[in-house]
Amino acid sequence: MEITMLYYLIPSLIMFCCGVYGFITRRNMIAILISLELMLNSVDINFAVFNRFLFPGELEGMFFTLFAIGIAAAETALAIAIIINVFRVSEKIDVSDVTKMKF
Amino acid sequence: MESVGSIIVYVVIALALVVCSVLAVTTRKILRAATYLLFSLFATAALYFKLDYEFLGAVQIAVYAGGIVVLFVFSILLTSHPGDNSAKLASKKRVYGLAGALAMLAVAGYSLVSRASFLTATATGENPVMEEIGMKLMGSGHGEYLLPFEAISVLLLACIIGGVVIARKR
Repeated sequence: MEITMLYYLIPSLIMFCCGVYGFITRRNMIAILISLELMLNSVDINFAVFNRFLFPGELEGMFFTLFAIGIAAAETALAIAIIINVFRVSEKIDVSDVTKMKF
Repeated sequence: MESVGSIIVYVVIALALVVCSVLAVTTRKILRAATYLLFSLFATAALYFKLDYEFLGAVQIAVYAGGIVVLFVFSILLTSHPGDNSAKLASKKRVYGLAGALAMLAVAGYSLVSRASFLTATATGENPVMEEIGMKLMGSGHGEYLLPFEAISVLLLACIIGGVVIARKR
């Protein structure tokens, strides 16, 4: 058996679909953020896999993953700061309860 | 031809990845979701090691598993009672979510599998040495990344300031 690209892309695709499912169904803001992390992570896997299998001499995919990890960390930190602030104002963290700014 | 050990390692990693990500979005205890996320991030790091990107795997463990998951756990403990179950899903909501995810899986999965005959390349190349990574990160020529490196340092600074401004007590 030869482990080709497909064998890495399929688990990453399943991971992305889990992220989509969680993003739609979850109500807790932190759980939504967790689903978002799953999606970002699966895309990172794809970058590394394409780099390794199609362009083994280059490092583009690896650097893209590196920067994506850094940006994901920044984004998560800011999102959690916002969530904690929302919790401080309204004592709730459920997206259906936070309706103060709803038109 | 892959060795048997390599195939076994691959199967373990892929199984851990799939199972942990499914559990992370279906479990009803939020702290468990964060723990499953941690394990699926570890599985991703193992995948990077398997693909011979050792630096990337180390960064994945340090930043994701070490930094982001700790942030998640802290904010969960600050904002909710970790023992509580989340409310039962309305079946309409679940149907929407499943429809979206399965549609995505079907379309992307079909387009991948139908082109499986083109995706026959096997992994070649070796682990990029640290010196090469450093030179590429600090150079300004073709395929070198000084500008994104500086841009991300400014982004992280802005993120630190933004986080402090948003979350400080008034």
